[in-house]
Amino acid sequence: MSSKTKTMWNVGLIGGLLLLLFVLEQVIPSSSMFFTVLKKGAIYALVAVSMNLLNGFTGLFSLGQAGFMLVGAYTYAILTIPVESRHSVYQYFDGGIIQFALPVPVALIAGGIAAAIFAYLIGLPVLRLKSDYLAIATLGFAEIIRAVFQWDKLGPITNGSNLLRNFPSFKSVLYPFVVAGICIALIVLLINSTYGRAFKAIRDDEIAAEAMGINLAHHKRLAFVISSFFAGISGGLLAMYQTSIQASMFKSAMTYEILLIVVIGGIGSVTGSCISSFLFIACSEWWLRFLDNENLYIGGFHVPLLRPGFRKVVFAVIIMLMVLFYRRGIMGDKEFSLEAIRNFFRRKFGKGKEAKGGASHE
Amino acid sequence: MKKRILSLGLAVVMVGAMLAGCSKGGDNSGNGGDTGSAPAAADGAKVVKIGVYEPASGDNGAGGKQEVLGMQYANEIAPTVEIGGEEYTVQLEIVDNESSNDKGPSAAASLVGANVSVVLGSYGSGVSIAASDVFKDAGIPAIGVTCTNPQVTEGNKHYFRICFLDPFQGTVLANFANENFSAKTAYILTKLGDDYSTGLGYYFKTAFESLGGTVVEETFQEGNSDFTSYITSAKNAGAEVFFAPVSTEAAALIIEQASSQGLGIPMMAGDTWDSNVILNAAKGKDVEIYVTTFYQEGGNEEFDKGIKEWINGNSTAKANNGGDDTISAVTAMGYDAYFVALEALKAAGSTDAKAVNAALWNVTYKGVSGDIAFDSENGDALRDVAYVKCANTESGAWDFVTVQGVN
Amino acid sequence: MDWMTQNLPYLLAGISVGGQYALIAIGYTMVYGILRLINFAHGDIFMVAGLIMVYSTTIMPIYLAIPLMIVLTVLLGFVVERVAYKPLRSAPRMSIMISAIGVSYLLQNLALYVTGGLSQQYPAIPWISDTIQVFGATTKRVTVITPVLTILLVIGLVLLIKHTKIGMAMRAASRDFETSQLMGIKINSVISTTFIIGSFLAAIGSLLFFTNYTGVTPTVGAMPGLKAFVAAVFGGIGSIPGAVIGAFIIGICENIIKGLGWTTFSDAFTFALLIVILLVKPTGLFGEKATDKV
Repeated sequence: MSSKTKTMWNVGLIGGLLLLLFVLEQVIPSSSMFFTVLKKGAIYALVAVSMNLLNGFTGLFSLGQAGFMLVGAYTYAILTIPVESRHSVYQYFDGGIIQFALPVPVALIAGGIAAAIFAYLIGLPVLRLKSDYLAIATLGFAEIIRAVFQWDKLGPITNGSNLLRNFPSFKSVLYPFVVAGICIALIVLLINSTYGRAFKAIRDDEIAAEAMGINLAHHKRLAFVISSFFAGISGGLLAMYQTSIQASMFKSAMTYEILLIVVIGGIGSVTGSCISSFLFIACSEWWLRFLDNENLYIGGFHVPLLRPGFRKVVFAVIIMLMVLFYRRGIMGDKEFSLEAIRNFFRRKFGKGKEAKGGASHE
Repeated sequence: MKKRILSLGLAVVMVGAMLAGCSKGGDNSGNGGDTGSAPAAADGAKVVKIGVYEPASGDNGAGGKQEVLGMQYANEIAPTVEIGGEEYTVQLEIVDNESSNDKGPSAAASLVGANVSVVLGSYGSGVSIAASDVFKDAGIPAIGVTCTNPQVTEGNKHYFRICFLDPFQGTVLANFANENFSAKTAYILTKLGDDYSTGLGYYFKTAFESLGGTVVEETFQEGNSDFTSYITSAKNAGAEVFFAPVSTEAAALIIEQASSQGLGIPMMAGDTWDSNVILNAAKGKDVEIYVTTFYQEGGNEEFDKGIKEWINGNSTAKANNGGDDTISAVTAMGYDAYFVALEALKAAGSTDAKAVNAALWNVTYKGVSGDIAFDSENGDALRDVAYVKCANTESGAWDFVTVQGVN
Repeated sequence: MDWMTQNLPYLLAGISVGGQYALIAIGYTMVYGILRLINFAHGDIFMVAGLIMVYSTTIMPIYLAIPLMIVLTVLLGFVVERVAYKPLRSAPRMSIMISAIGVSYLLQNLALYVTGGLSQQYPAIPWISDTIQVFGATTKRVTVITPVLTILLVIGLVLLIKHTKIGMAMRAASRDFETSQLMGIKINSVISTTFIIGSFLAAIGSLLFFTNYTGVTPTVGAMPGLKAFVAAVFGGIGSIPGAVIGAFIIGICENIIKGLGWTTFSDAFTFALLIVILLVKPTGLFGEKATDKV
């Protein structure tokens, strides 16, 4: 397949998917859990891919994603709350000091930029650290960011530790899909560019990469800032999805969840992160909910052990099994693509005419 | 190779399962095993679903469970309702919002997916505010049971509530502190990120300062369990009352540490502390605790007797009530909320959520916790008194102190 | 003197909580020293120890419950290592760390399921939970006992490591994992011993911690765990006296911060301290020469 037809195929596939969603939205009642999962899944897919850019493609083990999402979400919320509702939202702070509202797309991008600025400042000192030290330092920074945003003295801007709400949100499931889709596409373009190759070189061997003339500090910072930019945008999307946000939501547990999504999807696979985020959200929010039902009968047999909380135990066990026995995740570092499927079937049924392995692109 | 087959398989399963999930449609997606509906369908009666949006775990889990108890007991007493001339079986659709503002909306969405006609809850104002828009978008009315923060109902037409509000409660508490302890300095401890806590703290502060007092305010992070420094700070500030409108989970720790540190000043709190968790923590300790609340045990003999019998006869209920049969105010409120919902269903004459919403404005009900009616602006309950109780550290029960209003 | 009575409670609380962090921090620092693994589940083992105590005291007297709690906690630490970390010994370090996060997630959710999400009241332990007077400040006896007991345990541990065969094996393994294997050290039993010692100290730590702060919730171990890890880094990872001193410093600073009224930042401060130490002196206060931190 030439690269031109390949792009055409991919564009067609994405267009088809969006069309399918549009049709589904007309057919299925919008209150269905199906759409809840899709919306949240799309948002988590974006943040998982952004984390994968760091952990999987650049080899920087960062655990600060929740902190950057917080910055993005707060920036988005603060900039878009309509002026007339500011008084009721900032009820303890006389309506706050910001008395204007920006359009949604501008605010979303501003959220990303704010997160990127934070990342730049944090990156200056911490990117000198390695592996788990970097992880624990970024985790610490996320906690510090959370404390700062809860600070009473900043109340006129951040509303202290109270909920921010009344900002514009989306109704259609297409919105998060389109925004997250564009962002993920940008990340993929970046990964396939010269920069992306430099990132991968750093991941595989820092010393060799440096010897090849790659500026380590510059590229690491670039990856960190870009990843945080997209984490910030996904934070803004999450705010829209939740319809109200609060700094206390963005705990380190959230980063762990995203990290688990990345690992389950396969470290170094963009499509893997996307697939696993939908699976992860569906399992945690939807499919396993029946396990919380104390009175579940299967043909007159009262299933034991079931009570609220059992869902999470099962879920944690599944994750543990994945981590232990399926270490490379769903996709490993391969990508899901039409070409890979085609080659797969050709190899299976094509009498070995084109028997060559490793069909996925990158 | 194998991996790729598996990944393909997983992707197919995912898409398939999602489609399968929605083809089942709105009737029971989101809550897999709707087993309760099976027996109801068997005896031919129609079913109306009431959503219960309450915490069963997390900070407010203990309170949420007690609130649900009231609803379950009410459901036991009145399992059916007549709507538009037809007999409907009432089915409670209970979800756990995990006391968490970010898990709450998903739990709310699963209620919406289960096609409930009206929602009750939640204990805790933050989660109620967080899920408000989910119910609003689905056109489902919600009846707040003990969420006292004004923001729950402010500026919307679908959230109602049957309890008093924090500006009222804060003023009552400030007046009480001023009158009974002649307090001039108050120490306020609130939890960061808990809208109930910061809100009530704020209204107490406003009222207390307008009475000529001064306050010292401090906050603690979620997950904090070391309160000794706060207690020392309160002592050093020369405070005469210690006001801590926090969840029962933190409250138990605070009481324990206040006693071992020799705090020596009265502790006050709002409705959350009216719980046997507090009584158990305070029993045999050297502390003085005052709370404002909605209901005082003994307010309605028949209800007290009935629910005690029910709790004692049902081991799960007893465990959820903290292992004894003390009646918390939130249980009484949950009981009343259920009947308010039934009244609204009757008045609407249909199970349609929009009709129930419209009917709720004019619902009046004489509940065990007092008369319930809604104001026409926000759908808040018209209530002008609060009960003040004091924890008896010897018997481990609440002593009634006074009924207090605002002048 | 007045200043003393006003501020002594902060210091007492700081020393006591520092001692409890120290007992957890030793588990982190020893495991990290040998496996280079941040054992995120260690804080949750500490939490489970608290829960075991809560449930065992309901069915047996306290003098039986305490040894049982310690034995079960040690067993849990051992099993976690065998099931979740041993199979990944040859895997990249990140996989083991993710496995640790997974174990932490599992333990928390199990606790959530068992407790029904409600805070459990820790039993009062006779004598150590009595209220006493120290220089005019009222506190529990455990506050005073904690630092003493911590220091005794640490001395014992240091002697064990300095003068026994297994101690020597541990030191060798933490100096050079591969070479020590080549020298005939049974690396698996060394690692198991490390986890057993760590869990034992966490069990003691939980006993002291929960006697002071009596609520056990599923997430109660997360923060003390992270802070203890920070203490271990602060003191120089791999160094036991370093971890203990780091823990005391963090405990005291945290309470001073609260005393100054900066309560919003009491947790954030710990992490700020961590970042500063990593940047200024990455080996920590007493750490050996860094190999691969920076």
